[in-house]
Amino acid sequence: MPSFSEQRLPFEAPIYEMELRLGEMETQYAKNRAVGDTSKIGEQIRRLRRELAALKREIYSQLDSWQTVQVSRHQQRPQTRDYLDLVFEQFLELHGDRAIGDDKAIVTGLAHLDDMKVMFIGHQKGKNLAERTACHFGCAHPEGYRKALLKMRFAAKFGLPIISFIDTPGAYPGISAEERGQAAIIAESLMEMSQIRTPIVCVVIGEGGSGGALGIGIGDRLGMLEHTYYSVISPEGCASILWKGSEHAPKAAAALKFTSRDLLRFGITDEIIPEPSGGAHRDHREAASNLKSFLLRNLRELKGVPLDDLVDRRYEKYRKIGAFVESIAAAELLDEPQLNGKAETMV
Amino acid sequence: MAKIGGDSLNSWHGHSELKRVPEGVWMRCDGCSATLFRKQVDQNDKVCPECNHHFPVTAVERINQLLDQDTYEDWFSNLQPADPLQFDDRRPYPERVKAEQERTGLNEAALVGQGFIKGIRIVFGITDSNFIMGSMGSVVGEKLTRAVEAATRQKLPLVIVSGSGGGARMHEGIFSLMQMAKISTALGRYRREGGLFISVLTHPTMGGVAASFASLGDIIVAEPKALVGFAGPRVIEQTVRVQLPQGFQTSEFLLEHGFIDRIVHRRDLRSMIAQLIDYAMP
Ligand SMILES: [Zn+2]
Repeated sequence: MPSFSEQRLPFEAPIYEMELRLGEMETQYAKNRAVGDTSKIGEQIRRLRRELAALKREIYSQLDSWQTVQVSRHQQRPQTRDYLDLVFEQFLELHGDRAIGDDKAIVTGLAHLDDMKVMFIGHQKGKNLAERTACHFGCAHPEGYRKALLKMRFAAKFGLPIISFIDTPGAYPGISAEERGQAAIIAESLMEMSQIRTPIVCVVIGEGGSGGALGIGIGDRLGMLEHTYYSVISPEGCASILWKGSEHAPKAAAALKFTSRDLLRFGITDEIIPEPSGGAHRDHREAASNLKSFLLRNLRELKGVPLDDLVDRRYEKYRKIGAFVESIAAAELLDEPQLNGKAETMV
Repeated sequence: MAKIGGDSLNSWHGHSELKRVPEGVWMRCDGCSATLFRKQVDQNDKVCPECNHHFPVTAVERINQLLDQDTYEDWFSNLQPADPLQFDDRRPYPERVKAEQERTGLNEAALVGQGFIKGIRIVFGITDSNFIMGSMGSVVGEKLTRAVEAATRQKLPLVIVSGSGGGARMHEGIFSLMQMAKISTALGRYRREGGLFISVLTHPTMGGVAASFASLGDIIVAEPKALVGFAGPRVIEQTVRVQLPQGFQTSEFLLEHGFIDRIVHRRDLRSMIAQLIDYAMP
C-alpha cells in the first residue's frame, strides 16, 4: 500500500542509505551514553549529519527533467490542503458550482493570508487511495472549473485577490467530462481569468499538466516551486506519440524542457520558489513558509496597481509569449493594392 | 502585405492538391462506402452526394468556398516557426517543419487575413489540420492573436474555422500551451469591446484548439459529424476502460449537450455566416 509506506525514489537511494547509517549511529550513541561513553561517536554523528545535508543539496541541485517529474508527483509531497493548513490562517471552503456537483479535484474558498483576505483556488490530488479516487487524482471535471470561475467572480466583485495553486496531471479525460463541456469550460476560464478585475497569483506546487493546469492558471504572476514542471503534454503522452511508447517518458521529459528552471529561462514563469533541501516532501513547513513569503510579497506588489493597468499588464504578459521568426519577405509586398482602400496597415 | 488571391491562390491550391490527394478518377466514400466520381465530389464542395459525408478540405479550398471571389488578403505569411526547445524526436523540429511546408504548400497550420463574405468585410482565420495536425505552435497563436487584435481595432466581425487533431505542438512545449492563453486573452478584449466572433468547427477540432478559441465564439456552428472534444477518444478509452457511446464527441453530440448552436452543411456555411453577421450588424 503506497499510501501508508514512504515512497522512495530510486535516485534518492544514497540519501536513504546515509540516513540509515545515521540512525544506527544514533542508536549506538544512545546505548553508549547509557554506559557513560559519548565523546567519539557524537563527533561522527555531527559529521555524518553535515554530509547528509550536503548530499541532499548535491542530488537535488542537479535533478534532471524526469527526476523532477518524479519529485513533483511524490506521494509525501505537500498538496493544496496541506498548504491550506500551513500557509493560511483560516480557510472557509465554498463548494458549489450551481450546476452539476462538487468536484473534489478543485478546492475553492475564502482564506486569510496574514492580514489579507483572499479567494483561494487549487487542485487537490488526494493523499490516500480513497481521497485520490474521490479527487480523480487531481484531474478536474467541468464542474470544478465552473466552481472556480464562480468563486473568482465573487472575488472580483468584492475586491479580493485570487490565489491559485496548480497541481494536476491534466483535466479529466472521461465521458461525462466531455458531455459537460470540458473544452468549453476551460476556454471560458482562460478568457474570463484574462479579464478579471482583481489580482491573480498562480503557483505550480506539483504538476502543471497542460490545459487542466492552465484552466485555473491565468494570472498576473506565475510562481513555480523549485521541483515542479509545467507542460503542454505529459511526458508519458508525448513519449507514446513521438517515441511510440510511454516507457520513453524520461526522453520526452528532457525534450519538453518543462522544469521551473527551463520556464524561468523562457520567461514563462516569473519566479522559482525554493524548496527545502531534499525536496518539499522532506519538510512541509519550510516549503509552506517559502510559499507564503512569495505570495505575500507578490500580492502586496499587485495590490497597489490600478485595476485597468492590472488587466492591461496581464494582457501584455500573455501577448508576448511565443517563439517565431518574422522575416521581412512579406513586408516587401506592402505596396500591394489594398482592398477598397479601407484596410489599415497591419504590419 | 502578401496578397493571396486570383491566380496565385489557384496555383497554390493546385500545387498542394497534387501533392496531397492520390490522383484517381474514382474514390470511395468514408461515410457510405459508395464509389464516387472524384470530380463530382470536388464540384460538390467535397461532400458525398450519396450520404453527405464531409471530406476534409484544405485551408485554401475553404477560403475559396467561403469568401467572395478574390477578396482574401493573406496576412503575416512572413511568420515562421522557431525552435525554442531545440526539439529532436529522431528528426529535428526545423526539418519536420520544412517537410510539412513542402508537403502541404502552407508555411504553418493557420492562415489569417481579411476578406469579404457576401459583400461584408470580415477578419478571417483558419487552421489546417493537415499541417502537423493543425496544432498550435507559436506562429499559429501569433497569427490568430494578431487577427483578433486587427478585428478589435477595425471593429470587424471575426470568423475562425478550426480544424486540429490535438492542439498541442509538442515540439514547442510550453510555448504551444501558452498560445491558448494568448489567443483567449485577445478574444476576451475583443468580446469586451463588443466584437462578433463566429467560430466554425470542422473535423477534427480537439484538445487545446477546442479548449480555447474554437469554443469562444458568440455563435458556434459545426459541420456535420465532425469530431470535436477535449480529450482524444483513445485517451478516454484507456482511462475509463469502457466502450465509448455511438456518436461520442461528434457535432451532433455537442449539439445535443448544448455546446454548439447549429450544425451547418458545408454548402450552406457561407450564406449562414453572412446571415448571422447581418443579424449582429446595426
Ligand atoms: Zn457517402
